[in-house]
Amino acid sequence: MNMPFTMPALAPIMPEIMLVCVALILIIVDLLYPRNRELLSLFTLFAGVGLIALLFKQQPASTFGNMFIVDPYSIFFKVICLLGMLMTTLLSGRYLEIEKIRNGEYYSLMMFSVVGMMIMVSGADLIVIYLGLELMALSVYCLVGLLKDDVRANEASIKYFLMGGFSSAILLFGISLLYGMTGTTDLAGIAKYCSETGIMSNPALITGFALVISGFCFKVAAAPFHFWTPDIYQGAPTSITAFMSVAPKAAGFAVFGRFLMVGFPELHPQWGTIIGFIALLSMAVGNIIALSQTNIKRMLAYSSIAHAGYALLGLLSGTSEGYSATMTYMFIYAFMNMGAFAIVILLCSKGNRRESLEDYKGLAKSNPIAALLMLIFMFSLTGIPPTAGFIGKFYLLKSALAAGYTYTVLIAVIFSAISAYFYLRLVRYMYMEDPSEEFVVQYSPGLTAALALSTIGVLGMGIIPGTVLNIASKSLIGF
Amino acid sequence: MSFPILSLLIFLPVLGGITLLGISKENEKNVKVMALIISLLEFVFTIPLWFAFDKTTFQMQFVERHSWISLFNIEYYLGLDGISILFVLLSALITILCVLVSWNSIQVKVKEFFIALLFLEGAMIGVFCALDFFLFYIFWEAMLIPMFLLIGVWGGPKRIYAATKFFLYTLVGSLLMLVGIITLYMKGGNTFDIIALANQDFPVGLQLILFWGFFAAFAVKVPMWPVHTWLPDAHTEAPAAGSVVLAGILIKMGAYGFLRFSMPILPDATSSMMIPMLVLSLIGIVYGGVICLAQTDLKRLIAYSSVSHMGFVTLGIFALNTQSVEGGILQMINHGVVTGALFLGIGMVYERTHTRKISDYGGLATNMPVFAAFFLLFTLASVGLPGTNGFIGEFLILLGSFMTRPWVALVAASGLIIGAWYMLWLYQRIFFNPVNSKWDNIKELEVREIIAFMPMVILIFWIGLFPNTMLDFMHVSVAHLLEQVSGNPEGVASGVQLAVSNTIDAAVQGAQHALPVHH
Repeated sequence: MNMPFTMPALAPIMPEIMLVCVALILIIVDLLYPRNRELLSLFTLFAGVGLIALLFKQQPASTFGNMFIVDPYSIFFKVICLLGMLMTTLLSGRYLEIEKIRNGEYYSLMMFSVVGMMIMVSGADLIVIYLGLELMALSVYCLVGLLKDDVRANEASIKYFLMGGFSSAILLFGISLLYGMTGTTDLAGIAKYCSETGIMSNPALITGFALVISGFCFKVAAAPFHFWTPDIYQGAPTSITAFMSVAPKAAGFAVFGRFLMVGFPELHPQWGTIIGFIALLSMAVGNIIALSQTNIKRMLAYSSIAHAGYALLGLLSGTSEGYSATMTYMFIYAFMNMGAFAIVILLCSKGNRRESLEDYKGLAKSNPIAALLMLIFMFSLTGIPPTAGFIGKFYLLKSALAAGYTYTVLIAVIFSAISAYFYLRLVRYMYMEDPSEEFVVQYSPGLTAALALSTIGVLGMGIIPGTVLNIASKSLIGF
Repeated sequence: MSFPILSLLIFLPVLGGITLLGISKENEKNVKVMALIISLLEFVFTIPLWFAFDKTTFQMQFVERHSWISLFNIEYYLGLDGISILFVLLSALITILCVLVSWNSIQVKVKEFFIALLFLEGAMIGVFCALDFFLFYIFWEAMLIPMFLLIGVWGGPKRIYAATKFFLYTLVGSLLMLVGIITLYMKGGNTFDIIALANQDFPVGLQLILFWGFFAAFAVKVPMWPVHTWLPDAHTEAPAAGSVVLAGILIKMGAYGFLRFSMPILPDATSSMMIPMLVLSLIGIVYGGVICLAQTDLKRLIAYSSVSHMGFVTLGIFALNTQSVEGGILQMINHGVVTGALFLGIGMVYERTHTRKISDYGGLATNMPVFAAFFLLFTLASVGLPGTNGFIGEFLILLGSFMTRPWVALVAASGLIIGAWYMLWLYQRIFFNPVNSKWDNIKELEVREIIAFMPMVILIFWIGLFPNTMLDFMHVSVAHLLEQVSGNPEGVASGVQLAVSNTIDAAVQGAQHALPVHH
């Protein structure tokens, strides 16, 4: 039989194609001009900025038989991922130099992982989502292991690879169960089939649903699927930790949200409760274990688990308001977490990574600006106005309350108050203790730019959050 | 009024703090002078409020209203009424004193100290001006950051513990209030406008839940028994300026919150929770007073006396009649002035002796007669001697609460006796008793310190002798507030007006009779 071949429209997927091209060019450039990091990072920066500009102009569309859709929702998350890439690039220069990471593929791998994320967030079909997710994950596995001489990094990389592979398998198994029950991998198709046949309570379908949820929870580092997070965050190169805490997480949330909302809207009463449980557990695990950490990267890892819990509050409400709350939160989180990691990198020096909380003692005395910025990021992570963290948290709490999850919200605010303790501890160390070691940090242009960007983001969105909130709330029209 | 005077008042200290950043670190003198100029300028700008304020209406004045976050219908909405205006004036005044008292006592990170202090002032004034609940919350929480640093960086030996405790206590309360605020927003037609929310009727069940939600935040701040335990630590460890701000302004915000939010927005819950609130206040009065008797630390004693005095304030507020509420508000000002002055004095003497243990002192009156005289005045004002401001406030509160529930006034009056006991005993132990030879060479007050005391002395006598100049501001607003609580728009206004002026006259006459000087 002769099937007519029609070329799918490529315009919607153009940003992804371009990014792949740039990533390939980077590999070639690295061959032609070996060890020239500045050039590579400049390429990455231009590509990132250009793509963000391009994304803003993109019209809602779909291609590949509705498997790949471009809507304001996906564009919003793509911007977050690209922002994550941009800021990581700004952070990386100094860090790579200190750690002597000379690999040219650093930037191209990061770019490939962002391509994976962009495909993920645009995927309306479980297969496309899986494809993007794996592209993202494989690239990040490599990035985590870049510090080849570091035992911890090797451990982290292998651990991440094994656990990530395991979670992908679980996800895939879930997808196959869903396909087996409904005969389609298209999210909208699944929803349609379910409502037409009423097989909602079928145990196989529920199992498939639960397995997919577990896979996504792994990706966004929500408890009880969080066990990989602290080790990998600590072991990975700090710039990659920063990247991982922002971009893949945002992409994970985008997919998570789309899966729940498009695939299983009618099951909301059930999954709302489950997500509520996962959210609270993440907050509990993250915030309580973070209290006893002595390593800043590990502390931020647990904090990131807790923040996954907060962000889930938006998803569990199942309303468009809740979704835009999660979107806003991920956007804000990108700025404040990047800022915090920028300071962690700023403190690094050759032979001394200064990753222990003790290293922050008396920072305000030796490096007042770094301490002040860290203070702002810590208060933002705690959610104290007038920082953006408060606006994000407020929106999440409001949407969950509006959806009727009063008790969940009450417990969430208690955990939020607990979290204040360990964020404050860093502030205390910086401002109220005497320094054990005098050192003056060096600001590189890239770090300065990253810090400026995140500070402006955190304070700007804390004081005049209107624009971001409006964009986030309007991004759901085509949903 | 088209000129945005309130925004100016909020942002002048904030911008001033930012300009301080530009002064080099070594130039401490310039930092101090600049901070003083900014705080003085701020006070000068509050003077027009005093004169331009229209005392005949309960409507908000000097209103500024702009849309801020349109998605949530959040507004940048400022205004003053007869209740809040006095606190704005007090905040501006207290900050000047804080700058003065910190002149020599702050030795490290001088620039950062004054920046934190000025930021704190901006946020405090914002709290009293905000008429949008969200905006209020922003200022309310933003205050925590500079205050946390003030206690934690420049405080005493246990400062870190105290600062963290203060922060966490307040944060838990505030977050519970935040949940309440959001609930109110959703049930009240998607608005944070306090005036609009007050004009709505909420079901009683919801009101009760919200009342306790707000209680969590406000009671911690006041602080009411049993959530008062952060206050002694914070007061004790904070630097002198921190203690003065805490006593003078910060803890007033809890009571202000009850007046501004709980009472008008949740009137039914307020009425039905009156007795529990009165009982908690009474426990605070008596318990705080008794604890004072056992204190060996100077600052801790004054801190616990704050618990007792703030018990009077909440007692007045929740006795829910004109006299008691006006007395409560006036007592807030009084407590700010008197306890602020006491902490100023303690700060001055601590600078010289570096001890806070009461038993280390003795016979100070011999070497510091001027200081002893000032301190005696503040002690007597704190005890409520007729002729001083403390008398008017306490008298009105007792009168009002007697009219509501006689037994309440009876118990509260015992608090006064305990108050006189521990304050006079404290005075005896510090200034009389045998002279401790360690302090033979102690220096008498400097001119700067006397200047810092003068506004307090003036206020003590001014309010003590002419309370109407303060009370006139609040008559109409308080009458309106009580109308909102009782849900009875008629009858109250005219009757109240009369009753108020009668009792005030009685109080003033009582005061003047008791002070033979004025015959």
